[in-house]
Amino acid sequence: MDAALIPKGVKRCPLPQFLGALTVVSVVLLWGVYAMLLCWLKGLNQTNMNNAYGFALWIWADLAVIALGGGAFFTGLLRYIIGKDELKNIINFAVLLGFICYSSALLILGIDVGQPLRGWFIFWHANVHSMLTEVAFCLTCYFFVLCIEYVPLVLENRQIDRVPFFHNLSHNMHEIMAVFAATGAFLSFFHQGSLGGVSGVLFARPFGFREHILIWPYTFFLFTWSAAACGPCFTILITKITEAISRKKLVKDNVIRLLAKIAGWMLLTYIFVKTIDTIYWAFVTAPSKGFVLNFFYTDNAFYGYWILFLEIVLCGWVPAFLLVVKKTRENNKLLWIAVFLGALGAMVNRWVMVLQVLAIPVLPFENWALYIPSWQEVATTILPVAYGIILVMISFRYMPIFPQEQELNPIEPPTPEVEPAAAADAEETPADEDPAAPEGDLQPAQA
Amino acid sequence: MLPFISFEWVSDTVHFVFHGALWYALSVLGMGMTYCIVKAAYDTIKGKAGDHH
Repeated sequence: MDAALIPKGVKRCPLPQFLGALTVVSVVLLWGVYAMLLCWLKGLNQTNMNNAYGFALWIWADLAVIALGGGAFFTGLLRYIIGKDELKNIINFAVLLGFICYSSALLILGIDVGQPLRGWFIFWHANVHSMLTEVAFCLTCYFFVLCIEYVPLVLENRQIDRVPFFHNLSHNMHEIMAVFAATGAFLSFFHQGSLGGVSGVLFARPFGFREHILIWPYTFFLFTWSAAACGPCFTILITKITEAISRKKLVKDNVIRLLAKIAGWMLLTYIFVKTIDTIYWAFVTAPSKGFVLNFFYTDNAFYGYWILFLEIVLCGWVPAFLLVVKKTRENNKLLWIAVFLGALGAMVNRWVMVLQVLAIPVLPFENWALYIPSWQEVATTILPVAYGIILVMISFRYMPIFPQEQELNPIEPPTPEVEPAAAADAEETPADEDPAAPEGDLQPAQA
Repeated sequence: MLPFISFEWVSDTVHFVFHGALWYALSVLGMGMTYCIVKAAYDTIKGKAGDHH
């Protein structure tokens, strides 16, 4: 029924099967929307946030998706500015994931502010002494960049591309995409950094506080670095999941391995600096404020040294080595593990820098403040995941997201039980879906 | 964002830096998109078609 909308030369599941899967995910989405409406209509009393947790699950999710969406800006930087041409075969999907992550971040913030109608206050009455102002500015601008990068994909839909104006618009946007990508990279460096800077400047909370370079604490640079390292891991992970679900190879191994290698070196250098930063913080910064390392990981029901091990070793050093070493990088199972751990590492780091910071007592008479989110917070955090899955499903079905898919999955001409002469004719006049169909120009997917 | 409109606003150097960077980024995006749209309209009227992306 929707065959006319599906890109040429690729095969998709039947429409009823697609709609069935879409319905299942939509149920989860509606659950999240219901919780979101509760938060908007009844207020933030629907959450378990309190005086200790002004930042809670939502802000963790916000920072996590922004870090994971970093694959878009970093892949764009590598592709358009540094000139890694092979990455053109995965940049569309990286942009899609970035678009999903950043729109999710804005959605979560829209719920978190409690009164989204006043969301424009941060622009109009900007507190330029807050790092979050820079985050708001850059986040919004970078979302515009991602929209601009995503629009050409939509315009390349088989039917939309037939309209000359849209075809030309898509063509022109591709021509100057380097300008948008450079702007996006500039914006991303700053808002990723400022998100890290928020905890780094908290001198009253020694767990998050770090030393500075000028006005920027070390966390500023570490957050940008980790996003550039873990974002591509997330892009590879979701690509692999999409390949597993669609049961197709969508991107050639050399492209995945190149991105994995770059991510591996970024991760290795990041975790090396992060380890030095942690040691310096543990033995110099925290003691100078009157704390010992043991204080941050004992005498509570949840946070122990295990989370430090998980963040630095298991989700840092291990995936870094797996991705840097050629033999392990080229092993499919180990690549799966490495990119999963890499993406998990960014999420654990954001959890530590948002929630563990707030859990630790800062006054002698205080206790650890542990927090369990309400179901409304959980549902609204799962909401963007469902939204992301739906957008990936729709984009994969109707847009040329993976330029190599056609080449990697040639559609075999049907072998009808017809006479040899008729079969010979059919070979000479390929079907509409034949990848070799002479078009006179390139398919959008091949661009 | 538009400090000259808000009567209560007192700008200092930091405001100019922050808002300058914001408007610089927005200007690049705005001008880029304007170029793409105007050129697409011009090419469409002239009957040109980009043969590759």
